[in-house]
Amino acid sequence: MGKTLLQKVWDLHTVRQLPTGQTQLFIGLHLVHEVTTPQAFDELRARGWKVARPDRTFATTDHIIPTQSRQRPFLDVMAEDMLVSLERNVRDFGIRFAGLDDDRQGIVHVIGPELGLTQPGMTIACGDSHTSTHGAFGAVAFGIGTSQVRDVLASQCLALEPMKVRRIRVSGNLAKGVYAKDVVLTIIQRLGVRGGTGYAYEYAGDAIERMSMDERMTICNMSIEGGARVGYVNPDETTFEYMKGRPFAPSGDAFERAKAWWLAMASDRNASFDDDVEIRAEELTPVVTWGVNPGQSIGIDERVPSPESAGNEKQAVTDALDYMGLRPGQPIAGMKVDVAFIGSCTNSRLSDLREAARIVRGHRVAPHVKALVVPGSVSVSRAAEQEGIAEIFRAAGFEWRGAGCSMCLGMNPDKLEGNQVCAASSNRNFKGRQGSPTGRTLLMSPAMVAAAALAGEVTDVRRLVN
Amino acid sequence: MQRVTGAAGRGVPLRGDDIDTDRIMPARFLRAITFDGLEQHVFEDDRKTTKHPFDDSRYRGASVLVVNSNFGCGSSREHAPQGLQRWGINAVVGESFAEIFFGNSLMIGLPCVTASPADVRKLQDLIERRPDTEVRIDLEKGALDADDLHVQVSIPPNVRDALVTGAWDTTGLLLDRYEEVDAASKRLPYVSGF
Repeated sequence: MGKTLLQKVWDLHTVRQLPTGQTQLFIGLHLVHEVTTPQAFDELRARGWKVARPDRTFATTDHIIPTQSRQRPFLDVMAEDMLVSLERNVRDFGIRFAGLDDDRQGIVHVIGPELGLTQPGMTIACGDSHTSTHGAFGAVAFGIGTSQVRDVLASQCLALEPMKVRRIRVSGNLAKGVYAKDVVLTIIQRLGVRGGTGYAYEYAGDAIERMSMDERMTICNMSIEGGARVGYVNPDETTFEYMKGRPFAPSGDAFERAKAWWLAMASDRNASFDDDVEIRAEELTPVVTWGVNPGQSIGIDERVPSPESAGNEKQAVTDALDYMGLRPGQPIAGMKVDVAFIGSCTNSRLSDLREAARIVRGHRVAPHVKALVVPGSVSVSRAAEQEGIAEIFRAAGFEWRGAGCSMCLGMNPDKLEGNQVCAASSNRNFKGRQGSPTGRTLLMSPAMVAAAALAGEVTDVRRLVN
Repeated sequence: MQRVTGAAGRGVPLRGDDIDTDRIMPARFLRAITFDGLEQHVFEDDRKTTKHPFDDSRYRGASVLVVNSNFGCGSSREHAPQGLQRWGINAVVGESFAEIFFGNSLMIGLPCVTASPADVRKLQDLIERRPDTEVRIDLEKGALDADDLHVQVSIPPNVRDALVTGAWDTTGLLLDRYEEVDAASKRLPYVSGF
């Protein structure tokens, strides 16, 4: 019987079985940012420990940085404290750091791949649930909390329980105007926000195989929204083509040897899976969330559900409709939006911005909409400037901002106000997620956000892409 | 090492599925370099907008939180279980937990045990009816008792052992035989060089 990528990577990185029965797993790459690590570094100091493998650790800053002005000190003294703390920690412990003035700075899940730090066959951990993004390269990558960050800093290992693997095969062609974001939102809608608990998701099938690395990252990114801590795609030529020439990727003959090893890490043809799911790409339409978790979504042509038809979800549907200010059975198309946000580790890469710019070119943002684009990294931002994409957005009335997490979670000054409705290319529509306790989020693809910004309401991007 | 063999205390029921960590601890309270004071902000936004059990005087001093399914989904912020623990919660009973929240809770010695949906509802009903009821959880026996309610609770055996032996504080354990970590890393071509 063959093995899955997850099993191969897991076995190869197993140090030993701990007396508790948990597996001690070696972590190949530890990514660090300012929010979930200060307490971990303090514990290292208190216990007199060093960082075990600074050579396998890389830090940046993304969550709290303002996107309008990077002038120090930040106006928010708490944000300034956090960055000062990270700067001190990376200095004291000898960790590589893409800081605020570094050309490599950006959202941790955007820069890992850009720099070639993220590689197939690795185990990758970071104090952020969207670490699953890196699974797009055939890595086993997952989010951890601060005490686990401490463990990885001190020992480069974690104590973990094994995972099952569910293969999700997406086959066939996506229609124009239907994107990777719609695929993953559909998966979460069908399998539920708890469906993936205990599983790693292997995304397979010809539709996934045809996808670019950016698209695969969007899909793996949102695995956690379906409850799966890990999501991955088997490495292939698309992966290797992306890796080539990246600063931290192997080069020359070593690249060829690496390629052979990477390929060998892919799931075997005769691997067995704990579960198998099929999705037909042709059936998919642009998806929009109407509720307060990423599983509460419908196609752009559909109407929001009514509590009566929701079975044992009746209370949850009632609460969600109430919070969102929606009437049961109301069409989602035509819902007025106040803010349009293109950004986040889900959808802030160059191809996302290109696709949104295609929609925006030659049009104007609706007068009542505040629209902003927050590129995922300095590198994405520069490339977008060079290609003229930034100018397309600015000319249409979008604000073009600096790189960071921004309004995905509102830890910096970019927040919703009151009960504003935001069309967002990010990953979570939880209550209060975008920085206002009563703010409302509609998740959708970046192209759909662009379309909503122009129309001033939720609208079907398929009418604009032909 | 601190052994965690169970919990005992009054309960606080919190009904609803898929309560995410943004609701347990809104992101703006993550703007800090310590976990100090997080207990003041647990469920802050929910408590402002709804009648919340954490503000109900009948549950003051409760230490066993009783939740429904997929509790703690979303963000990996340990600030969520840290806030609950600092507020005085010593154990969480639920239908199911999100994985990262479950792991983060284990790392700080906060046991999260599961019970059947029917039993969880019975327990929530009982606590609402008689808030003074003492809830006792015995991890080794996998048992929860509250007055005349006796239900089975589960926790993965490895996790239970880690808690009851005090091995939940894993760093020491992971550093214990560091030469094996070194050996494992050398097997990896991306560490030793392709």
